[in-house]
Amino acid sequence: MKKTGAEILWECLVREGVEVVFGYPGGANMPIYDAMLSYPVHHVLVRHEQGGAHMADGYARASGKVGMAMATSGPGATNLVTGIATAMMDSVPVVFVTGQVAAHLIGGDAFQEVDVTGITLPITKHNYLVTRADEIAEVVREAFYIARSGRPGPVLIDICKNAQVEQTEFIYPEDVKLPGYQPVDHAPKDSLERAVKLIEKAQRPIILCGHGVLVSKAEEVLANFAVKTQTPVASTLLGLGAFPASHELSLGMMGMHGEVHTNMAIQNSDLILAFGMRFDDRVTGTLKTYAPHAKKIHIEIDPSEMHKNVAVDVPLVGDLKTVLTDLVPMVDEYDHDAWLKEISGWKSEADTRNIINWPDDGKLYVPHLIANIWKATGGGAIMTTDVGQHQMWAAQYYALDKPNRWLTSGGAGTMGFGLPAAIGAWFADKDQEIWAVAGDGGFQMTAAELTTAVQEGANVKVAIMNNSFLGMVRQWQEFFFEKRYSAVNMLSPDFVKLAEAHGVPARRVTKREEVNEAIAWARKTQGPVVLEFVVEQEDAVYPMVPAGAALDQMIQRPVK
Amino acid sequence: MNYTFIALVENKPGVLNRVASLFRRRNFNIESLAVGRTENPEVSRMTVVVDCPNGDYDAHKIEANLYKLVNVIDVQDVTRQPSVTRDLALIKIKVGPEKRAEVNGLAEIFRARIVDVAVDSVIVEITGTEDKIEGMIELLRPLGIVEMVRTGQVAMTRGVNDGVRRVQGVLGNRYEDVSELAEMAP
Ligand SMILES: Cc1ncc(C[n+]2csc(CCOP(=O)(O)OP(=O)(O)O)c2C)c(N)n1
Ligand SMILES: [Mg+2]
Repeated sequence: MKKTGAEILWECLVREGVEVVFGYPGGANMPIYDAMLSYPVHHVLVRHEQGGAHMADGYARASGKVGMAMATSGPGATNLVTGIATAMMDSVPVVFVTGQVAAHLIGGDAFQEVDVTGITLPITKHNYLVTRADEIAEVVREAFYIARSGRPGPVLIDICKNAQVEQTEFIYPEDVKLPGYQPVDHAPKDSLERAVKLIEKAQRPIILCGHGVLVSKAEEVLANFAVKTQTPVASTLLGLGAFPASHELSLGMMGMHGEVHTNMAIQNSDLILAFGMRFDDRVTGTLKTYAPHAKKIHIEIDPSEMHKNVAVDVPLVGDLKTVLTDLVPMVDEYDHDAWLKEISGWKSEADTRNIINWPDDGKLYVPHLIANIWKATGGGAIMTTDVGQHQMWAAQYYALDKPNRWLTSGGAGTMGFGLPAAIGAWFADKDQEIWAVAGDGGFQMTAAELTTAVQEGANVKVAIMNNSFLGMVRQWQEFFFEKRYSAVNMLSPDFVKLAEAHGVPARRVTKREEVNEAIAWARKTQGPVVLEFVVEQEDAVYPMVPAGAALDQMIQRPVK
Repeated sequence: MNYTFIALVENKPGVLNRVASLFRRRNFNIESLAVGRTENPEVSRMTVVVDCPNGDYDAHKIEANLYKLVNVIDVQDVTRQPSVTRDLALIKIKVGPEKRAEVNGLAEIFRARIVDVAVDSVIVEITGTEDKIEGMIELLRPLGIVEMVRTGQVAMTRGVNDGVRRVQGVLGNRYEDVSELAEMAP
């Protein structure tokens, strides 16, 4: 039967399992919006396309499915760009559909024409410019396949207006034909054997658990491997939750704001088992002195990550779950008691500097607040964050035992991510408790999405950690620029009034004794809620590895 | 050192742009890039010559990154394989009738051809390896080169031997583990 391109698009999206789309209409995608009315898809009208992109991203991270966002041509599409880059850097599967001017107008600087496929070329896993209706079915099929398979990532489809309205025969392609796209699953036997030899010899091994563990759903086999070989597990920012924080082998987060004992363990290890991570500069410190005594085994699906930042001894390219499942029966049981004891020695030393163990001085500190939210929620909420100090504190103190509940912009570090990501996550699981922790600065970047939350009844709790500063930048200026504060003093609106103007119940909290009550109130209030915590202005995130320093050269919290 | 890669890519609009953009973004220096059709209408073939200061380590990086492009089907490094490489140059020299014989003589030595003669200039066409073409250019330069165009190198391995595939087998789905690479990292 003949259908319009717009109808074909929706036919395909429904077949891909799309239930919710975050988007914004405009001239170049009106036929798509018109056709949408006939399909069982819920559309969320966002307040800014960036918000829509982050919502689709949050939805994808929380659900494990492909997220979907839409925008019109020109400014609509360029507003998506930050969200696309955010998804790209964190390997999140999102399909973006943008409207484009009619094919015959392309290249003529028509109204709202922007070269969107050109702009997004380096920030998508793949993108398409569709000029004819009969291309749509195949392209959508491919786009979803590419987005979710291999190393996931965003795919953008730019559809010319004429292609949306033209009629053509609708044939749903059963298969995708991508001769050059063949993600590897198994690693070769001989490489696995070389890995086993290194594991046998290791006395001080450590697992670095990255986002790939979650993407590949390898949590269980990772735990099997860790327990069988008695290897402690450190996590990257995005790997948090893949291995239970309460497990005795768990070392928590590594890197710039990682735990002291974790970074010490990495630097003193003799074997690094890097699982689904990419040795980002935020986790290695300077490469010159990174884990100098360690052999390295790297399991990763993207071959271009092999030897990219850190040269490795055994590269195992493949799907992490598949490779680990092959590997577990090949290794023996070991114990590394002496090594584990050494690590806990470093840990107890660091614990005395942990602000959470300090006596109450009447002020509000973000670590305490995160710990309070953790207690109230039993550590089971989905936690989204913005970017800055509060993000690092949330990573440090919201100890996660379960996967896919930690939604943060790691690779891109995109301020404004927290609230929209939380709204997106709510669509993934409406019964799940969801908290967004944001800074006063970042919250203002996408605060308009509060109304979206109201319009949709999204049950998300926003905790604004208001330190009246762009805190993370202020911290760097304090540490590395002789406290010359430049453009970090931030005047904020009255957040309580702002929330209320959006129709969102809100409270301001200034004293410790109000904290638990406020959290309880937020939890039992249905729908979006904003809590503003007025926190200590010039606290710093510790420990900290200064950029370019060795991983074990950490600035620690001064003892009082 | 210059490395030569042969990449088979899907013959679709924009693929050349994707490859070029990738090289720029990952900070590789393209010395030459030639692209054209193959015996299969769905496949184009690129010969890319790239400066690889870190040797095979860089070559691995280039191959792995090329495979990140969905439209790239196969990549081989033919740098050290016995292969035929060719470049074609058209060189316009400003010479009147008095010096044409000199150009002619040079052309004969290099097995080049004079393909156009005008009152005050001639065009020489030369095909060959980089070295041969460079050699001829050196000798023609004193006569006055006014214009030059080159196609960039194309390459084909001799016999049935393929080049090196560090990242993926011909059929994909296997990562070739080259263990010495770690030592070459910068
Ligand atoms: C879009 C964007 N712009 C700028 C930055 C740089 N940046 C990183 S953290 C930070 C400060 C964030 O301040 P705030 O949201 O108040 O959080 P805090 O650090 O105070 O907890 C800035 C400006 C960024 N990460 N993202
Ligand atoms: Mg702040």
